[in-house]
Amino acid sequence: MTTAAIEFRGVSKRYRFFALDDVSFRLEPGQILGFVGPNGAGKSTTIRILMALVRQDAGEVEVLGCRMPEEQVRAKWDVGFVSEEMRLFAGATLDWHLGFVRSFFPGAWDDRYAGRLLQRFHLHREQKVKGLSRGEQVKAALLLALARRPRLLVLDEPTAGLDPVARQEVISELMEVLKDEERSILFSSHNTLDVEQISDQITFIDRGRIVDSGDKEAFLERWRRLSLELPETIALPELPGVVDVARSGQTVVVTANAFDDELPAAYQRAGAEVRDVQRMTLEEIFVATVMHNRKEHGE
Amino acid sequence: MYLQIVEQIRRRIALGDWLSGQEIPSIRALAVSTRVSVITVKRAYLELEHEGVITTRQGKGTFVSENVQLQQDLRDRELDAHLAKAADVGRELGLGIKDLEQRLREVVRKKEGNR
Repeated sequence: MTTAAIEFRGVSKRYRFFALDDVSFRLEPGQILGFVGPNGAGKSTTIRILMALVRQDAGEVEVLGCRMPEEQVRAKWDVGFVSEEMRLFAGATLDWHLGFVRSFFPGAWDDRYAGRLLQRFHLHREQKVKGLSRGEQVKAALLLALARRPRLLVLDEPTAGLDPVARQEVISELMEVLKDEERSILFSSHNTLDVEQISDQITFIDRGRIVDSGDKEAFLERWRRLSLELPETIALPELPGVVDVARSGQTVVVTANAFDDELPAAYQRAGAEVRDVQRMTLEEIFVATVMHNRKEHGE
Repeated sequence: MYLQIVEQIRRRIALGDWLSGQEIPSIRALAVSTRVSVITVKRAYLELEHEGVITTRQGKGTFVSENVQLQQDLRDRELDAHLAKAADVGRELGLGIKDLEQRLREVVRKKEGNR
């Protein structure tokens, strides 16, 4: 088995009002993992543990084959990290920042790539950070992480606060990184559109627990929404793989997370007419997963 | 989402942008250029391979299948899909097959009149 870009095994961290509980997931080299959760779900805590900014109470974390936090210095040579909270020096120019980061990573820094990114992001070396918009600051921080070509990029909400055009610029650059089969990206977001577009793997987190994790296409494939028509006198059979049933009069909307062709056939045998079978967007799947999970845990 | 990629590739072949026997971009290259995840493109390629539209030769790359019928087949399939949609709408409007035929005739006549 190849070394994972990231591996979490049973990671827990307890705070007074929040706990990260038994978190496990894996990111393969050459892939993008979209880490999705509502606000306060534990995305940032997970990323802080991943970056060894916080030490886990239990469980193992490996980044590019290095145990975290013990071997963090070795790992971090090859990890680029951008978070929402990160601030650049307001009074300094972009050029100063480029020189600053280059001085730490003289071997890895790619000045031509940095120049190309400046152009693509419509940024100028002479600009001072305090004159940049929020979106431009995000792009600048991303540029500083990209230009030293790390094997792993960890991005906490990279597209938050960006307008749609800037978001596509950033997404394009993230995809460029993936030309190299050895480089990987983890990015957290509550924007499911971005995640649906570029992720290979998806991990959903809610209230400190991983609620689902897997290959994006497999995810989209197993969820469906069925519209049925059924006389009110007939009971709907309970079938496996169904997570939600909403009935109003003769109309029934069924949400399934383990769909196959047997499901509509079974409803038909029970006397229902299947009007429509629809695929779901990642956003709908995410909301359904979280709601279903909260109900299961009686919350 | 992979269905959109499948459709895009079918169109490129149907329109002759990609010719039979021609090498097409690798999964990763197409993912980067269309800004869609690698896994989605992989899924689309599998589907197209399954349908016989493209062929992957180990270590050599992916090619449009050597099938002269392909373009015609794809256009036929496209036509069938449009007709199926028209039939659905017709049913919703309560039109019979005769009404539909009549409507199609009118559309064709109007198009020819415009030329």
